[in-house]
Amino acid sequence: MKLLYFAWLKQKIGTDAEEITLPDDVNDVAGVIAWLKTRGDKYATALKDDAVVRVAVNQTYAKPDTPVSDGDEVALFPPVTGG
Amino acid sequence: MIRVQREDFDVGAEMRALTTGNTGIGGLASFVGLVRDMAGGTGDSAMTLEHYPGMTERLLTEIDEEAHRRWPLEGSMVIHRHGRLEPGEQIVMVLTASAHRQAALDSCAFLIDWLKTQAPFWKLEETPDGASWVEARASDDQAAARWAKPETSG
Repeated sequence: MKLLYFAWLKQKIGTDAEEITLPDDVNDVAGVIAWLKTRGDKYATALKDDAVVRVAVNQTYAKPDTPVSDGDEVALFPPVTGG
Repeated sequence: MIRVQREDFDVGAEMRALTTGNTGIGGLASFVGLVRDMAGGTGDSAMTLEHYPGMTERLLTEIDEEAHRRWPLEGSMVIHRHGRLEPGEQIVMVLTASAHRQAALDSCAFLIDWLKTQAPFWKLEETPDGASWVEARASDDQAAARWAKPETSG
C-alpha cells in the first residue's frame, strides 16, 4: 500500500510518502490509523487527535469503515484550507 | 473546466475565453480569491499552498460537474493556484456563465463554498514566529452546508 501524508501530518510524521505492507488483520481505514499509531512516537503524536485527520482512498474521501487493500493509495491529511 | 497551476491567471482573458462565441450567455458571475495580508500591512505574510496532485483535479472536476447538474450553465471555469504566493496575489478564480444572472451567481457561490471545504489544498503561512499551517474554519463548513441537498446531507 502507498501511504501519502500532507500538510502538518507530513511534517509530524517526517515523510510525505511510504510503501507499506498491511498486516493481515487490517482491512479498513480505521484499522490503518490504529496500526500506524503503533509504529512509533511520530505516528502516535501526529495521529493523536484522529477526529481532525481526513483520509482518502485512491483519491476519494473515505470513512473509518471504508475497506482498504494492499494495492490502494491511502492519503492522510488535515482539514483542507484552500480557496 | 478546471485548471490547477502555479502561474498567475488573467481574469479578463479567462472571461473572454469562456464567453466568446456563445451568445446564449446573458450573465457571467465571477469570484476571485486573493492572498490577504495577515501581518497588518507589512506585506510580510506570504503563504505556500500545498495540494494533492491528482485528487485535487479529480475533486475540482467533480465539484464543477455537480454545479452543471444543479444549474443550467452555459460554461464554467475554476482555476486554483499552488506554490508560494505573496499578499495581493490571486489564488483562485471561479467563473460561471448562464442565460440568466441567478443561476450564474448561485452556482459561483456554490463552487467557491464547496471548493473551500472539499478540494485538498493546505495553506502554510509565513509569520514572524515561523511557518504555521492555517486551521480550517467552522464558518467555511457552514457556508458549504447551505448547498447540501436534503438527501445528501449528514
